[in-house]
Amino acid sequence: MRKGAPSVLDRPIGKGKTEVSLSAFAFLFSELVQYSQQRVTKTDELEKRLEVVGVRVGERILELLCYREKASRRERKLLDMLGFVHTNVWKCLFGKAAESLEESVDDEDTYYISDKELLVNRFISVPKDWNLNCGSFVAGVVKGVLDSAGFSAQVTAHYVKSELEGQSRTTIVMKFSPEVMAREQRIAS
Amino acid sequence: MEKINAELFTLTYGSTVRQLLIDNEENVDAVNVQLDKMGYNIGIRLVDEFLAKSSGARCRDFKEAAEMIAKHGLKMFLGVTASVSNWNADNTECSLIMDDNPMVDFVELPEQYSNLSYCNMLCGVFRGALEMVNMRVECWYVRDLLRGDDVFEMRLKLLEVTAESYNDED
Repeated sequence: MRKGAPSVLDRPIGKGKTEVSLSAFAFLFSELVQYSQQRVTKTDELEKRLEVVGVRVGERILELLCYREKASRRERKLLDMLGFVHTNVWKCLFGKAAESLEESVDDEDTYYISDKELLVNRFISVPKDWNLNCGSFVAGVVKGVLDSAGFSAQVTAHYVKSELEGQSRTTIVMKFSPEVMAREQRIAS
Repeated sequence: MEKINAELFTLTYGSTVRQLLIDNEENVDAVNVQLDKMGYNIGIRLVDEFLAKSSGARCRDFKEAAEMIAKHGLKMFLGVTASVSNWNADNTECSLIMDDNPMVDFVELPEQYSNLSYCNMLCGVFRGALEMVNMRVECWYVRDLLRGDDVFEMRLKLLEVTAESYNDED
């Protein structure tokens, strides 16, 4: 408990303009990855652990942004919520909106957000024969935001090789649960 | 230095501390040790970037090194500064005093974690970074904003100045 300073609830929430160096974050994230790696044997377990840490960040970001930018309201429609993640959440975390937000052609419950260079992956190099994307941390953040806003979804991060750009981009895949899709239809009709 | 929103850093740090508490079954002492260890790993790498980007910063002794951390190191990475005070007679122990620290925004310690040194990673960073410039130190919190004090006070104690060792074969 803070006795000297006013409690968290009594202090202003801040405008979100305070900055730290990207290096500080990169060092911290790198330690998080290494620490998590020591406690698992498979890469998908490692991704799972990073996701779990990300989820807790997402839950808090939702609360913070709704309070600060949306006058304590949150989106209720799926597309608005996706736009919120793609624009507001990305801008807050990474300083710019995500590059693209797309709907899956085959599955109407699946959406993609992708970015050429995900901030968390900037300083991470993965051995060629490992199927690992540390973007699973960001997938966790997205899941935290969506789940606590009432849009439960499975969220995963994948590298997608792009022939055109010659480099791989990270795509965050969001597959919403059937209840969410059913609710959407009810709202629409 | 490229900058990012401090909130990403703050929340990620918080979530990491939470994960350590879960993994160590709420054993606060074990978490303090682990945070220090992770900080140490960061410190030994971070010092290179600091020296490269602080153009010509040189510390001849422990006193200058402490000032360098307080005025430039913390500023470069966390955007805050500290003041150095409470030197002992032979200049081997001092305090770094910080009014605030982006690591603790939004944070309040629940009672059962009152022994958690939430920012212990920072102690490890100082220890690691100074070891790379041949100063072996101990570092611990004397006052902690989260534990009811009005500022952060970190005590820095010089244990020994090690000789430069060259391991290259050539």
